[in-house]
Amino acid sequence: MMIILSKATIENVYSAFVLANGARMEGIEAEMFCTFFGLEAIHKKKLNNLHVATVGNPAMHIPTMVGGLPGMEAFATHMMKKEMDKIDMPGVEEFLDILVASGVKIWACKLAMDMFHYEKKDLIDGVEAVITVGDFYHRSEGEGVHMLFI
Amino acid sequence: MEKIIAGKSVAVNEEGYLTNFAQWEKSIGEEIAKENAIELTPRHWDVIKYIQDEVKKESPLSIRKIGKSGVVDIKEFYALFPNAPLKTATKIAGVPKPASCI
Repeated sequence: MMIILSKATIENVYSAFVLANGARMEGIEAEMFCTFFGLEAIHKKKLNNLHVATVGNPAMHIPTMVGGLPGMEAFATHMMKKEMDKIDMPGVEEFLDILVASGVKIWACKLAMDMFHYEKKDLIDGVEAVITVGDFYHRSEGEGVHMLFI
Repeated sequence: MEKIIAGKSVAVNEEGYLTNFAQWEKSIGEEIAKENAIELTPRHWDVIKYIQDEVKKESPLSIRKIGKSGVVDIKEFYALFPNAPLKTATKIAGVPKPASCI
């Protein structure tokens, strides 16, 4: 399962993590390519500050104007984390440790790294390497490989 | 349905999981392990024992929980039971397949 994570909202990051981990639990190989804002999920200083999107997210069922009020994102994130805790969902940092220990290979997109002026040392130690999209495609060659874009 | 494992007739579901833990014996665990190409070592048995104890306590199993068990870490768990460790380990342990996404 080749997963491309391009967003850093908590719901997207967790989707990617659960999909990658779920694959490994079934004995399926899984790799994750983090690009654009998806890099925040593996950035040491940012991964613990991811938020749920309260604006432009109709499933939140709150008016856009309200969602845009100061503190709203932090509040919604806090509520969501509380619910996640109840169902034994690990935090982002712990989840990354689980993924790496489970054999998920994590890659960072070179172009996005350059764009955000990130360096490899800014990312968690579990990241394999900074690679190009072409490298990731080559890793995905072969029959029966699935690619997911998140 | 019934299946002969290690010379004994035991009740299993369509995926091969024992449906009655009372019928489980070490030799059955060993045979299921062999079917999954796993040679059981004392480390495997530590994990199997832990899984059985947790199921007895009706405590839900997950990869995260196994990692925090103090018995085995996640990396070793995957090394001991390659390819779907939680599914394989529970099958060997004679307990139901956990319905866990994490």
